[in-house]
Amino acid sequence: MLHFLVHGKDDNVAVAVVDVKKGKGLLCMNMNTQERYEVEAKTDIPLGHKIAMKDFSVNDTIIKYDNDIGKVVAAIKKGEHVHTHNVKTKKW
Amino acid sequence: MSKFTFMGYRRENGKVGVRNHVLILPLDDISNAACEGAASLIKGTLVVPHSYGRLQFGEDLDLYFRTIIGAGRNPNVAAVVVIGIEPLWTQKVVDGIAETGKPVSGFSIERNGDLKTIEMAARKAKEYVQWATELQKTECGSDELYISIKCGESDTTSGLAANPTVGNAVTKLVQSGGTVSFGETSEITGAEHVIRERGKTKEIGEEWYRVWSAYNDFINANKTDDLSDSQPTKGNIAGGLTTIEEKAFGNIQKIGNLKFDGVLLPAEEPKGKGLWFMDTSSAAAEAVTLWMASGAVIHLFPTGQGNVIGNPITPVIKLSANPITCDTMSEHIDVDVREILQGNMTLDKAGDALLDCIRRTANGRLTSAEALGHVEFVITKLYRSA
Repeated sequence: MLHFLVHGKDDNVAVAVVDVKKGKGLLCMNMNTQERYEVEAKTDIPLGHKIAMKDFSVNDTIIKYDNDIGKVVAAIKKGEHVHTHNVKTKKW
Repeated sequence: MSKFTFMGYRRENGKVGVRNHVLILPLDDISNAACEGAASLIKGTLVVPHSYGRLQFGEDLDLYFRTIIGAGRNPNVAAVVVIGIEPLWTQKVVDGIAETGKPVSGFSIERNGDLKTIEMAARKAKEYVQWATELQKTECGSDELYISIKCGESDTTSGLAANPTVGNAVTKLVQSGGTVSFGETSEITGAEHVIRERGKTKEIGEEWYRVWSAYNDFINANKTDDLSDSQPTKGNIAGGLTTIEEKAFGNIQKIGNLKFDGVLLPAEEPKGKGLWFMDTSSAAAEAVTLWMASGAVIHLFPTGQGNVIGNPITPVIKLSANPITCDTMSEHIDVDVREILQGNMTLDKAGDALLDCIRRTANGRLTSAEALGHVEFVITKLYRSA
């Protein structure tokens, strides 16, 4: 069973496709390359929410759909939940 | 699957419809009661009560007439009875609809009262219903369909699966000669630099950018906060969407990699085949009503968290990839594409499944929104009346 999907080839976040409990050996697929690999979730990730695929510092850019979707406002470790508590729009 | 045929209604002006409504259309808010009175007497009529039509002016009035006349002109409508408070604007609507060649008559309430008006309108509606129910369907091609697309209550499953499914189907429709319109001007905010490059010509892209900038300026001038409370919506955020940019890139998956042929005013008919951008709000019922008024005969509506919208004239097909939504709100979902998320369904297969649903809907099968009685007819109003 897949746990995460990555949309674009340059994306640095993946999306949970089921409600994910933290743990190792979770299956992730890149929709672009069809490549599958295992990842670790350091926090629970609800269905539809994002997981960090690398470590981020404040002001780093989140890439999804191969595009800039916002800036990091609180440091994120690889495997942690990425959402409104640590990422904000660059629009306003 | 690309081109397909179906049994539809080819109207007097050659346009193809997939429903056969006899519409009882109020010119204005105060004519709703007479319209509902006539509709209650005659089986097989469709009445669309609404809230406006008095003392509007300028661009807002132009849009109002385009919307009301457009509803009557829609190829899903066989014939129309218009009722208004006074004869002049009633006749303006009748004349706008009559250009299509379809039967249309107007009645006005002043000097008659509701009851006499209802009797006259009901007699005409009965004649139209008996005429329309005898019309025979003819074989039509998918290249004769005009379809609109807009998502709602989106979440990340929309951007990953349901919206790209629409993108796949729309690409096949447009490449085989069909007509499609997308819009949601404000929701492209965050991906405006990408859509600006998607015009077929540089001029079309720049025209689009002018329309987007005007809407963006309007929102900036009227907003009371930074909009992060409403864009993304609470439902979007609950579903995992974090920023308006993420929402925008998910949204534009619905047009695949297509370029668009032109920019339309709200409720304006496309000027040819291909892909057209329409300047619309992102509120579902308002936007779908604008596309219906522009002549769209089917609307594709991908949803994540489960928007339930429908339209009285244009069937709305809903698809979702969110397994919780597909399970808990199954009566609303026409095409379930959750298997994409498990890597068990390709976008190509999902696009074909959606095209097959379009074909069946065009053949007459009711969509979930139709079966559930969703008849949201919501007029876009640009500003206060005089």
